[in-house]
Amino acid sequence: MAGSVVLVTGVSRFVASALAGQLARHPRVEKVIGVDAVSPDAAARARLGRAEFTRVDLRNPVVHRVIEAAGVDTVVHAAGLTPPPSARVPAGATFETTVLGTMQLLAACQRAPSVRSLIVRSTAAVYGGSTRDPAVFGEADAEVLGGAGAARDATDMEGYVRGFMRRRPDVRVAVPRLAEVVGPSVRTPFTGYFSLSPLVPVPLGRDPRLQVLHELDAVALLHRLVLGDFSGAVNVAGEGVLTLHQAVHRTGRIPVPVPLTGLRSLAAVARLVGVRNLSPAQLRDLTRPRVMDTERLHREIGFTPRMSTTEAFDDFARSLPPVLPAAAVRSAEVRLADLAGARPAPVSRPAPAGSPEGARSTRPARHLIGIDGHAPGVRRGRLTRGHSR
Amino acid sequence: MTAHQPRAESERLDEPIPTAGGGWRDTLADALAFARRRLTGDYQVDEFGYDADFTDSVLLPPLRLLFERWFRVEALGLEHLPMTGAALLVANHSGTVPIDAVMTAVAVREHHPAHRVVRVLAADLLFDLPVLGTLARRGGNTLACNPDAERLLAAGELVSVFPEGFKGVGKAWTQRYRLQRFGRGGFVSAAVQAGVPIIPVSIVGAEEIYPMIGNLKPLARALGLPYFPVTPFFPLLGPLGAVPLPSKWIIEFGEPIPTDDLPDGAADDPMVVFGLTDRVRETIQQTLYRLLLRRGHPFLG
Repeated sequence: MAGSVVLVTGVSRFVASALAGQLARHPRVEKVIGVDAVSPDAAARARLGRAEFTRVDLRNPVVHRVIEAAGVDTVVHAAGLTPPPSARVPAGATFETTVLGTMQLLAACQRAPSVRSLIVRSTAAVYGGSTRDPAVFGEADAEVLGGAGAARDATDMEGYVRGFMRRRPDVRVAVPRLAEVVGPSVRTPFTGYFSLSPLVPVPLGRDPRLQVLHELDAVALLHRLVLGDFSGAVNVAGEGVLTLHQAVHRTGRIPVPVPLTGLRSLAAVARLVGVRNLSPAQLRDLTRPRVMDTERLHREIGFTPRMSTTEAFDDFARSLPPVLPAAAVRSAEVRLADLAGARPAPVSRPAPAGSPEGARSTRPARHLIGIDGHAPGVRRGRLTRGHSR
Repeated sequence: MTAHQPRAESERLDEPIPTAGGGWRDTLADALAFARRRLTGDYQVDEFGYDADFTDSVLLPPLRLLFERWFRVEALGLEHLPMTGAALLVANHSGTVPIDAVMTAVAVREHHPAHRVVRVLAADLLFDLPVLGTLARRGGNTLACNPDAERLLAAGELVSVFPEGFKGVGKAWTQRYRLQRFGRGGFVSAAVQAGVPIIPVSIVGAEEIYPMIGNLKPLARALGLPYFPVTPFFPLLGPLGAVPLPSKWIIEFGEPIPTDDLPDGAADDPMVVFGLTDRVRETIQQTLYRLLLRRGHPFLG
């Protein structure tokens, strides 16, 4: 595997550009080629570092020539189905750029004998996620013919990947299924949704569970997969879950329950106030509980995301200006209690250890957002300090 | 923040029944703290959606009243439940509306020395409902399917299951205290797979809360429900008819049936599974007859 040549797609965005830059610095990697349909901005270019950039639209068969010319042996489809940045793609073209782009890329890989390894970023959407599904999905639970919207796209894409595996059994294929990636840098429809301010629409009477993955953990995992030899599908998410209402509250925003039937008009309103890529389908997608079992990730790949779902989400939430800061809520509580002559209850909750009702799979949140006021520098420190693996 | 000496919250959590001793000011401070935790999202939810903070502060207090005052539930045999570790509670199901599942969980939460949480395996219909489905998940319940059951048992939880399902809860008044078919024994294989004990639970009293004397089948079909109940007061008296009758309840937790001594592969051996299923069913049926004699009049006592 010495001197491997890696192709990374979607490098105008955070995860792919950071991955390409890191791979380019690795001694076992000879060359990294980053491709995307649009040119990376200055920040993405800085992250790319020594990696080369080639402007290629995946829908164009020219990607095959790039693979041939450079003798690429490892292809990382880091763009996967992540919708392209809104401003550059007309509404409704997401399907074309993602699903059709993936098909072209797979066709190109199939024709290139130099390709030995393929990593395709998939999403938790392959599990569909209805109220009649088990609470937690294992890798074997993915739907083969998936419902609609994101689930359909994801199952279709994985279907093409399975087809590729049949035609090129000599290629090692890894399909990480990532939970929603969040962090201070990544911008997706998911992060756009939580950036709505001050009110965030939530589906009436439903409070689905969410899992997220920190952007740096996403990069670290893809890096590990490129250099490792894992093949097959694997679920990737931060430990623990949040519910939708809880997540909205943690951003310091106010959830407003809206009937599901009203989502279409709601999306129109959202578009008016400037959130372009928020479609009714995406809002409805948020109501689908998709909690993944990450046992295989720990056991077979030996990878544990540094940040739990709560920590990763809070790291993202700190990048949003809160409408209702936690400190203000606390001071209101203290003032009301004082008015009544009561002693306000302490803020910190005891660790649930030992109590039978302790939430088993979630770590206690170490910080209440806003109160301990993380400066950006502090955040960086927290990321790099004291994590094994 | 420095002058006052706050009451440790762990104390409040360990006490299942809030005592009036703290006075209304402490209650108010607790309520404010709860509101603050909800507004800032400062609480934990497990992968099934169980929200301990919400359950203890919102769901449990009214259920406790229903348990103590309305149904005067007597909980027997709680010593058969383990202090830690998994067990599968298998109970009879009745009452038109599945309140018996909730009362069983309250019995364990309130009266078992370890105040354990019972994770109820409930019908998919419940989780389809907008508000109730959400509340059910927050209360720690999940969909009755083998993956969820095995996951909870592997995590060392107390899991309760009602194998009669809608056939039990929606049976006619004339069929009361007659156990229905126990399904395919999926619950037994889940317990055997996990090697956890099965605890038969017999519930007397739930049959009388909504005596079902009729079933409007066409209406049920139109609404997508398994049945549409007619009781002496519902739908005749409208919402008032939806108040459950105050029957006297007894819940008895029977002796655990161990499953860890079975040979490998017993979980999908139909002989073992049906044998255990029948044994559990027979135990519950016999206990029901005994408890009915002990209770006497359904509403007095």
